[in-house]
Formats: sequence, C-alpha cells, structure tokens
Amino acid sequence: MTAVIERPPQTASPVRRATFGDALRSEWTKLRTVRSTFWSLAAAAALGIGLGALISWAGASRFHRDAGLHFNWNPTDHSLRSLTIAQLAFAVLGVLIISGEYSTGMIRTSLAAVAKRSRMLSAKLTVFTLLALIAGEAIALATFFLGQALIYGKAPSASIGYPHVARAVIGAGVYLALLALLGSAIATIVRHAAAGIAVIVAILFVLPGIAYALPTSWQQPIEEYWPTNAGQQFAIVMRDAHTLGPWQGFGVMAAFVAVVLVAAFVLLERRDA
Amino acid sequence: MPHDGAMIEARNLTKHYGRTVAVDDLSFDVAPGRVTGFLGPNGAGKTTTMRMILGLDRPNSGAVTINGRPYRDLPAPLREVGALLDAKALHGGRKAYYHLLLLAQSNGIAKARVDEVLRIVGLEGVADRRAGGFSLGMGQRLGIAAALLGDPGILMFDEPVNGLDPEGIAWVRQLMRALAAEGRTVLVSSHLMSEMSLTADHLIVIGKGKLIRDESVTQFVESSSRHSVRVRSPQRERLEELVQHAGASFSRVEDGTLDVLGLEAAAIGELAASNGLVLHELTPKRASLEEAFMELTRDSVEFHATGQVA
Repeated sequence: MTAVIERPPQTASPVRRATFGDALRSEWTKLRTVRSTFWSLAAAAALGIGLGALISWAGASRFHRDAGLHFNWNPTDHSLRSLTIAQLAFAVLGVLIISGEYSTGMIRTSLAAVAKRSRMLSAKLTVFTLLALIAGEAIALATFFLGQALIYGKAPSASIGYPHVARAVIGAGVYLALLALLGSAIATIVRHAAAGIAVIVAILFVLPGIAYALPTSWQQPIEEYWPTNAGQQFAIVMRDAHTLGPWQGFGVMAAFVAVVLVAAFVLLERRDA
Repeated sequence: MPHDGAMIEARNLTKHYGRTVAVDDLSFDVAPGRVTGFLGPNGAGKTTTMRMILGLDRPNSGAVTINGRPYRDLPAPLREVGALLDAKALHGGRKAYYHLLLLAQSNGIAKARVDEVLRIVGLEGVADRRAGGFSLGMGQRLGIAAALLGDPGILMFDEPVNGLDPEGIAWVRQLMRALAAEGRTVLVSSHLMSEMSLTADHLIVIGKGKLIRDESVTQFVESSSRHSVRVRSPQRERLEELVQHAGASFSRVEDGTLDVLGLEAAAIGELAASNGLVLHELTPKRASLEEAFMELTRDSVEFHATGQVA
C-alpha cells in the first residue's frame, strides 16, 4: 500500500453548509441499515395483525354463546385489542434507536458529524416518527380489516365508514407513533436500553396498575389523565366512564410527549457525549 | 495550498470530572503543514482534550476553536475536521459502506467519495461486511476512512496505530506524513515516544492534564535530556583531570573510555588538542526520545510500577 491520498482537484468554492435535509438523509440511512428496525416492526406487525386476527375470530365465535360479550360488543375496539401488546414493540424500538447510539459509542461519531446536537436529534426523531407512523397506520388498518372480515357473519361487524371508526383506526396508528417517539425521548434522557425499556413499561403498565390500589378519588383522575391511557382514547370507539374524549386524550398524551422531548433536547445539549 | 492556515487553538482548557482534574489550564496551537504529536502517559488527558476539540465534552473553563470557531459552529464539521477517536464508536450491525455513507450524507459529501476513501484505506473488498466483525486493524482503517471523508484540513487521530500489524503501522505513519505534506494540520496522540519520533515534527507533551512541553522534536530532545559525549583516549587519566578542571563530570565506561557530561564534543576536542592528547573516539551521545520523555513525565505518571514481581 503506497499511494496514500489522491488529491481531488481542489474546488475553490467555499464549503457547502450542512443542512437539516442532510441530517434527515443521514438518519434515514442509519435507520434502514440496521436489522433491529426491520425486526421490531415485523414483531409489531405479527403481534398486532396476527394476535388481532386470533382475538377477533375467538370473540366472534363465542359471541352467540356469551351474553357478556353482547353487552359491551364493539367490533372495532375488539379487533384492535391486540395493539395493546403490539405497542410494546413500538415503544422498545423507540428506545433502541437512541440507546443503540450510546451502547455502541456511535453517538460520538454522530455528534462529531452533526455538531449541532438538536439538529441531529430532531432529524433522527422526524425520520423515525414518520416511519413509526406509516408502520403504525399500516398495522392498524390491516388489523382492523382482517378482524372485521373474521367477525363478519358471526357477530355484528364494523365498517370504516361507521361513526368514529375511521378516527379510532387512524388514531391507533397515531398513538403507536407517539408511543415510539416517547420511547426515544426517554432513551435520550436515560441513555441506556434496559433503563429506557423499564421506564416505558412502567409508564404503560405498572403505574396505571398501581392506580387501582389507590382510593377511588385518586384512582379516577389518574386513570383519566395518565398520558398513555389518555392517548389510547384516541384509538377506541366506545368511551368508558371517567375517560377523556378522543381528541382531549390525544392532546394530553401529545403534551406529555412534548414535555419529555423538551427535557431530552435540553439534556442532550448540555451533557458531555 | 488550500489547507494552509487550518488551525486548532486551545486556550486555558480545563476539565473536571467530579473532583478529578482531567485537563488543567491547557493552552496550545496546532499548526498546519506538520505532524503534531500529542504525547503523554495514559490518563494524562489527551483523549479528554481531543473530545473537547470536537465539542463532545464541554470544558469547565477555557475554549478551543477550529479556524477561529468552536466546533459546534462549524457549517460542515466533517469538511474541516476528520477525527478518529475510537474505532469502536460505530454500530457493529451496520455494513461498513453504510457507516461511511450516512456520515457523508450528514455533511452533504458526495456518495462517490465513500468509494474513494474505502479504496484509500484498502477496505473496498469488505465494504458490504458488517463493521462489528472487523478486526481491530480493519476497524482502525474504517475510522481513518471516516476521518478522510470530508477531505478536511485538520485531522486528529487518537492512538491510531493501536492494534495494527507492522504493515498497517507503516501505512498509518506514511499517511500522516503525506497529509501533513499536503499542508494539512495533523494531530496524533500517543503514549509512546518511540512512535512519535518516527512521525511527528512537533510535540505537545502533557502530564496530569498540564502542558509540559510545546516544541519541535529536535528542541525536545536537546532541551529535555542530558546528553553526554563518549571519549576514548590512551591518556585517560590526564583527560579525566582536564575534564574535571573544566567543570564537567565523567563516568568510566571501560578501559580508556569516558562518558563526559557537561562539555560539548567540540570543547572536549579543543581541550585535548591544546594539551596534546590523542583521542581515538569523540562521539556525542543523544538520549533516545523515549528516555527524554520518561524523564519528563516521571512526575506525572498516574500509576508507578513498584518493580516487584509477586
């Protein structure tokens, strides 16, 4: 190995300023060239659509024998029930796209390349949230339509044109994307996969569960305003007592994600990488 | 030369980690057109300093600029500074090509340059292998490829020859010299003086975070080591008297041979001639760079071996 550097003819033009668009392109390459992206989304799809089909089929099959089902039957909500499991894959992927930067040390290379840290993070979150939104919508729509096809004829089924149904199905995709974004924001703060997953699981399942142990006067507002509970209202047709409306619920969750995001950006700017 | 004037300027850089002072009021310039060795024992603060240059760590006080601007304000950082701090700082599951591609994209660097740097470092054959499976040497080459992507005027390498085979080491040395010869600013850290003696023109020596020396390699050798002159004469005893009389000291090496300290070779030769002494040998002896460095940093090494073997 002899010749070392071949000098390309020097262009006298000044260096082109790197842009947000450059950062977006870079983050998209980053996202699509690791396997965890594909596998997490595949797992989310399998859990959402597959489990959804199973739940729809099982519910519809015993509909005529089960009076309890009649009472609360809502075919849209029933078919989307699997998404409470699939949401974990979204949350975990959200954590991993950030914690992966820290566990591998890539973060230092990333921040040396895009020295404006907020630009790096906003590009990453934009690309990732868009991908999560597309995947979320695709999974929600597929889960809904497959579910209704399995319910059809055995129990009352829904059509996308029925009141609130389109909003709930589209809302489910939006909720999944918001949750993924929340996972990324938390991971930016804790900088560690295990810690990030622990926090997001606590937010989704553990803390709402603890609310049940509290006196009713405490339990109801917590259930009502807990960010992920609130966000889930956006993804259902039938509203229970002591819950927010779909748009209010969406607003509460979005506001919560925004607050965590602000903390994430501030910490990223301030801390040593 | 398009790269003339690319400079790193550090002023009163100070960095604490808790109570530990990693870098202590460090000021230096790194000038273009030469290889500057950044030398210090392990734990002296070299990596911390380089991280501050790249804006990764924030100094507690002081500042460092690249061509007059803090790193974070550079319009396209990779086009001004290429750095290899840690060859492992990448996602092991990503193919080498994509690692370089995403870095190029982030700074608006043409895709064609990725293939070019892969060829320069000799990794074109493994571009579609995952970087996690690379040997230490291949990883270093990939890191160097990333540093060269933006054709930057400033290059920084932290211990670049670590883990390389002899051929790789020779290649890195040659690369650094070539980059400096093109007018670029090259800063290379090492804890091995012997490595620096083969590549560096200028040395910045630090110990315990403080600046110890900032001078050319030649000056460094002259100023930081005592050097002796080996003299052999059949009239050894007479020579000893004369040397002592001139205020210098000596040690006997073997029969008829002295190592004289405190007199230049020329002075000894003149002394001998004016007294009619025959000299069979008159050799100035330089301390090796390694010896000079050890002597200089003896007080600032974090851990000393006790010399005992359990």
